[in-house]
Amino acid sequence: MTERFAPGERVRTSRVDPSHHTRLPRYARGAVGTVVEIQGSYPLPDDRARGVASEPEPVYTVRFTARELFGGGEHSVTVDVWQTHLRRCDDAGNGNP
Amino acid sequence: MSGEHGGPAASIAAEVRHVETLLEQRGLVNSAELDTALQAFLARANPANGARVAARAWLDADFRARLLTDANESLADLGLSMGGGLQEQRLKVVQNTEDVHNVIVCTLCSCYPIALLGPSPTWYKSEAYRSRVVREPRAVLAEFGFALDPATAITVWDASAESRYLVLPRRPAGTENLDEHELAALVTRNGLIGVAAI
Repeated sequence: MTERFAPGERVRTSRVDPSHHTRLPRYARGAVGTVVEIQGSYPLPDDRARGVASEPEPVYTVRFTARELFGGGEHSVTVDVWQTHLRRCDDAGNGNP
Repeated sequence: MSGEHGGPAASIAAEVRHVETLLEQRGLVNSAELDTALQAFLARANPANGARVAARAWLDADFRARLLTDANESLADLGLSMGGGLQEQRLKVVQNTEDVHNVIVCTLCSCYPIALLGPSPTWYKSEAYRSRVVREPRAVLAEFGFALDPATAITVWDASAESRYLVLPRRPAGTENLDEHELAALVTRNGLIGVAAI
């Protein structure tokens, strides 16, 4: 799967709340962040945990402000996110969830 | 759901044993081989490895630059690697500076650079640490007895995928005359996780 995002790009995580395992942590859902780097390509654990075939896809380090994630705080948190869980978003933070 | 990996250790151990038995019954793994591989890995996996990495990085600017851009490749300089498990894990080393302090966590379970730090401490796997350090890292550091300069920003690295993280602490003042071995002796496991200063 080709890389859809580049370092420095703003992205929004999806708002999925599946009944099965997902590697997108709950606290980082529907949040806007910035791509730090591309880690490589790995199969999606959300699929593998269900025995579903999964092609490797890009995984990104994404930086979020604590304010974006928790509504407050001065620190930042990076989360490692599979491409499936990311959407492009504009500077206003608009993006399809 | 995020995948609840918690629960009593005994029940997890029982589940692991059950899976292991199934794999053995189907001839996919051999119990003796598994024990040998695990023992060999754990014998090499030790916080002293991470300490050597930090000491070398403090002394050797070229090594430090390579460590921060391609950690896996640079580990070979010290005879170390992120292999030992089923596959080599990607390592990302994050450097503390006067301006930024880094802390590592795995909020979904307990991912940890075992090859460089040995098995993780119990508190690292606790729900309290995993849930709180992403929300209020400065308060958590204070509870570890680490009063970080209020002017220093904090980045928390959540190992939610296939990468493992290691913090490169700041070199302590007054250590200009120490050699690599002496510097490594100063480095603590908690410093390499980011919950202590060196």
